Amino acid sequence: MEPILNVTNLTMNFGGLKALDDVTIRLEKGQIAALIGPNGAGKTTFFNCITGIYEPTTGEVQITPPGKNTQSLKGLKPNYVTERGIARTFQNIRLFHGMTVLENVLIGRHCRLSSGIIKAMLQPPSQKKEEKKAVFDSYEILEKIGLAKYVNDMAVNLPYGAQRRLEIARALATDPFLLLLDEPAAGMNPQETKELDDLILWLRDNENVSILLIEHDMKLVMSLSDWIHVVDYGKKIAEGTPADIKANPDVIKAYLGEESDDA
Amino acid sequence: MPIKNQIKQSLIIAFWFMILTFPIMVIKVNTIRHTIDFRWANFLWVGIVTFFASMIWNYFLRRNEEQKKTDIADDIPLIHKLLQNDRFRRPFLGLVAAFFIAYPFVFPMYHTSIMISALVYVMLGLGLNIVVGLAGLLDLGYVAFYAVGAYAYALLNLHFGLSFWVVLPMSAFLGTLFGVLLGYPVLRLRGDYLAIVTLGFGEIIRIVLENWDDFSNGPRGIGDIPAPSFFGHQFGQHDAMIYMYFIVIGLVLMTIFFVHRLEHSKIGRAWIALRDDEIACQAMGIDKFKTKLTAFALGATWAAMGGVVFAAKTSFINPMSFTIWESITILCVVVIGGMGSAIGVIAGALVLILLPEYLRAVAEYRMLVFGALQVIVMVFKPDGLIKSVRKVYTFKAREE
Ligand SMILES: Nc1ncnc2c1ncn2[C@@H]1O[C@H](COP(=O)(O)OP(=O)(O)O)[C@@H](O)[C@H]1O
Ligand SMILES: [Mg+2]
Repeated sequence: MEPILNVTNLTMNFGGLKALDDVTIRLEKGQIAALIGPNGAGKTTFFNCITGIYEPTTGEVQITPPGKNTQSLKGLKPNYVTERGIARTFQNIRLFHGMTVLENVLIGRHCRLSSGIIKAMLQPPSQKKEEKKAVFDSYEILEKIGLAKYVNDMAVNLPYGAQRRLEIARALATDPFLLLLDEPAAGMNPQETKELDDLILWLRDNENVSILLIEHDMKLVMSLSDWIHVVDYGKKIAEGTPADIKANPDVIKAYLGEESDDA
Repeated sequence: MPIKNQIKQSLIIAFWFMILTFPIMVIKVNTIRHTIDFRWANFLWVGIVTFFASMIWNYFLRRNEEQKKTDIADDIPLIHKLLQNDRFRRPFLGLVAAFFIAYPFVFPMYHTSIMISALVYVMLGLGLNIVVGLAGLLDLGYVAFYAVGAYAYALLNLHFGLSFWVVLPMSAFLGTLFGVLLGYPVLRLRGDYLAIVTLGFGEIIRIVLENWDDFSNGPRGIGDIPAPSFFGHQFGQHDAMIYMYFIVIGLVLMTIFFVHRLEHSKIGRAWIALRDDEIACQAMGIDKFKTKLTAFALGATWAAMGGVVFAAKTSFINPMSFTIWESITILCVVVIGGMGSAIGVIAGALVLILLPEYLRAVAEYRMLVFGALQVIVMVFKPDGLIKSVRKVYTFKAREE
């Protein structure tokens, strides 16, 4: 079967800096894969290249959404990438401050709604129905993610862990087949991290999404991932199962070594 | 800050102001007797006034800070609380309605005329609020679309004899069209750049109107623009004013109605998302450019309709009515009233337009007062006089 995400020879230059150097990564359907590497290795840049925020210097990004043909994402604007079924969260939380929790999720529904401006002004039954359904669907997502009690609160007033979950809820609202999570556990306490672990597994099993996550919490990565990709200085240095990665000398040198010293 | 430090700071500020204003407030050259008068009393007054102003300013700053600490949750403006409460909403709206209906019959024509101007600004403010308050696009050339509407009515009437009621819907369409045409090239810019370019566009439209004599009659303007008719019947001057007043009230209500619907629809949410975070907004599947363009064009729609009303009311227009100051006044209405808040913008328009009309003494220093108000509002109420409140959705507990 075709991989749902197939990134080949991706290179991203920022002036003289090669943030990504010939990176090839594949993701199978139903997989939870992790992308790890030291700070500044190019992980977030990788996400930005896939989602159209940056245009990669060279390389190819292809997707095969379940039940659809293989297509290229190269040169697509971020909103079209999202429409094609890839959703993401951000390392530094980027919620919409001026909106409530529910409205943040509603924004995720945006690209799945059809009513335009005229319909918004005249509000025919079809628009009302669609709007009602969107609100209902969004609320359902909040219930699933465990944020229903905050529904009408302003997004900025949420506790930190809840803000990270809201980013996931918002991404989920776009109906993705692939979810890219950029350091979802950053800043969370052990309890919250545990809940996140459960949430990610639950998402894979019940929402039919595959997941690629960037994470520094090794315990989380090792317990969750089916497959791990390691990058360092923009180059991919290893990939394999958690057990392989733990044993890989290159990885230990580049990354785990420093981490396990102070862990 | 302990009180002692505060007094010290205020003293320094007062002293600084005394020196600063010394040349204009104290020294007076008597050109007839060739002497210099030193008005030491002024010197003292400047010091005293500045000292107390500074103390009061500090006091409010501190109180503001303390309030922020104590009640984060309870910061819904009073008027929203009133409107959300079923017991108060009806009587409150009833009172407001009664006031506006009775207004032209109770007060003399002069006051009705002023109120019409203020209400036109409510329309303009609500339109610009879409662009600046909701979508976060700093548009300094908004007056261009106001001019488009006004000239559309004046010219179409002059050449083709089209009436107010025909031109009004046409102008809405024209406004949208111009919004798209002007927005298309400039909306790729961001923030300050956008502000500067829109400012330029606004001036271009005015300069074209000023110089293209054959088309717009240049600086001489266009006169004898007829007031709206009532099914072909033309009122006398007094009745026409009252009629105009109710047309504007109707238009304002229509504006509130549609803008409210837009604000809480898919497109309105997209505007706010775009304002809050462009990158996250795009990553959520929203077309950035299209969303900006709709905001810009819809804002222009209301500006153009406002322009038609303006032309019909004053019966004479020339390019001088559409200078950059007009754009800035409308912007002040939005910012001081409350960005993104319809009620705030309405309040802002009424305060900013009516006050200078009634306080003639202030009118000359209008821009100075606006500036000062702007600073005060930004410091003490950064969200404007009445800040925006998002819609609350209710959900029944679902059975599992
Ligand atoms: N827009 C940009 N312009 C220039 N350099 C960038 C840009 N974005 C990222 N970089 C650089 O690319 C490298 C990789 O960054 P990033 O992908 O954020 O690393 P991380 O693996 O920690 O997520 C860093 O050296 C960073 O400074
Ligand atoms: Mg990163």
